[in-house]
Amino acid sequence: MKKNIEIRWHGRGGQGAKTAALLLADVAFNTGMYVQGFPEYGPERMGAPITAYNRIGNEPIRVHSNIYNPDYVVVVDETLLHAVDVTHGLSKDGAIIINTARPKEEILPLLNGYEGAVYVIDAREVSMSTLGKYFPNSPMLASIVKVANIMDQDVFLSQMETSYHHKFAKKPEVIEGNMNALKLAFQEVK
Amino acid sequence: MSIRERMSGNEAVAHAIKQINPDVMAAFPITPSTEIPQMVSTFIANGECTTEFIPVESEHSSMSATMGACAAGARAITATSSCGLAYMWEVLYVAASDRLPVVMAVVNRALTGPININCDHSDSMGARDAGWIQIYAENNQEAYDNYIQAFRIAEHSDVRLPFMACQDGFITSHAVENIELLEDDLVKKFVGDYEPEQFLLNAKMPMAVGPYANSPFYMETKMNQRLAMKNAKKVILEVASEFEKISGRKYGFFEEYKTEDADFVIVIMGSAAGTTKDAVDRLREQGIKAGVLKIRVFRPFPGEEIATALKNVRAIAIMDRAESFSAYGGPLGSEVKSALFDAKLSIDTVNYFYGLGGRDYTVEAATEIFNDLQDIADKKTEPVQFKYIGLRK
Repeated sequence: MKKNIEIRWHGRGGQGAKTAALLLADVAFNTGMYVQGFPEYGPERMGAPITAYNRIGNEPIRVHSNIYNPDYVVVVDETLLHAVDVTHGLSKDGAIIINTARPKEEILPLLNGYEGAVYVIDAREVSMSTLGKYFPNSPMLASIVKVANIMDQDVFLSQMETSYHHKFAKKPEVIEGNMNALKLAFQEVK
Repeated sequence: MSIRERMSGNEAVAHAIKQINPDVMAAFPITPSTEIPQMVSTFIANGECTTEFIPVESEHSSMSATMGACAAGARAITATSSCGLAYMWEVLYVAASDRLPVVMAVVNRALTGPININCDHSDSMGARDAGWIQIYAENNQEAYDNYIQAFRIAEHSDVRLPFMACQDGFITSHAVENIELLEDDLVKKFVGDYEPEQFLLNAKMPMAVGPYANSPFYMETKMNQRLAMKNAKKVILEVASEFEKISGRKYGFFEEYKTEDADFVIVIMGSAAGTTKDAVDRLREQGIKAGVLKIRVFRPFPGEEIATALKNVRAIAIMDRAESFSAYGGPLGSEVKSALFDAKLSIDTVNYFYGLGGRDYTVEAATEIFNDLQDIADKKTEPVQFKYIGLRK
């Protein structure tokens, strides 16, 4: 991993892109890294496009600006591809991950000629088959960890299990489903 | 040993409040400071601290209740932002002139017009003449450390002034970052118990708080506030020195980052200082001697010390995250320039306005400013006295 990686999340208000960025910061922190996870707030309403960011690395982080040249972009809601220039400033040595049920060939023309790697995952399908409800967070989180090679997958899974036990202390019944969503996403992101 | 954690700036302040366990917190929610009273309420509900929380119907009331509790003899706190701070205005002055060491977490946010929830310093800069100590944080760590030091400074018998512990709304208040926390016992011991010499509920020593003081007394009251603010300078350094012993982290009136041999310095406050430090490191790699002077203590204003630190610099950018509409510069710009004048230093300065209403400030913007300073020092361009940076093109 290079000195610091920078990730930009695109989602819609209420979908949990901010929560996913904070969860990623959490899990990276737990493996000893320096982290930053923060949202950019626009209009505060459900469904409005929102952006969240991560900086992760082995050096202390001092910069406090948004990220304009990310190494990775995660798109939690594919309808944003028509509304937001999601590949803007994205490093061509990096990658973009998109939550979609459509094949990659249909997505490529929507990426403004982006030359880097493109990954897709059907987070709805993963979430429905493991949790029975649509929560794209966990599958997207596993996808970025895999694609950006942020940490060993086993380390990630064991950290997430601890994290879920804490987060869902009052809803332990959802822990197994979320763990399965992470594992399935590792296989499904392509 | 310190505790390695990760949390947002708001969580860091709430955690410090839990550790300090003040007697009273009165607060009214306003973005982006809402999480602080919200988290403290949860701690109280869970029995993790015994603070009495007073929910009020407005910020005018939250400051009044905090002040009243403090006058009664309690250690009393509140938190606010933006229009909430503006709504406290009248009472801010009363707290200061009554010499009540209230500690308030200010999560800086732009004042309305147009309505905006994001960071700038217009709220606390507007309150700069209210007689409160003001200390600003660069990140969550400093928000936590400054908050812990606040009580010792505000409550000191030579000071007895209210205290605003400021941090940048959203940029640090809502960003999760690494932080080193201190153990509960260490914080409790450092802050100590609040034992006011005089207080309203002391039946053995009846007193009045905030009586009428017409022209025969008003001016002396102001002079005493001024004296207390001057005393605060000494106390701030003493407390910082003791804090260093328990934390290993060094604080002063300001932080000098690579200023010792610098030709070009950006004077700045808050979270943008870290971004500027990254620009400094990049420019240093190219052989350009850039530096940052990050102001931590704005009230009392360390003018002489700032002038001494800048005396060998070739050009200075003074960065204001608040307009004052004097059409002659911002609050920080005016005060730093005045300090340079008093020290008989004739150095080219540019007063920049940046980051208003949450406009992003980047490493590239800082680099552009350093390049401007170099051109001015090399006589390639005439210095412009005031300039907005980061405007839409």
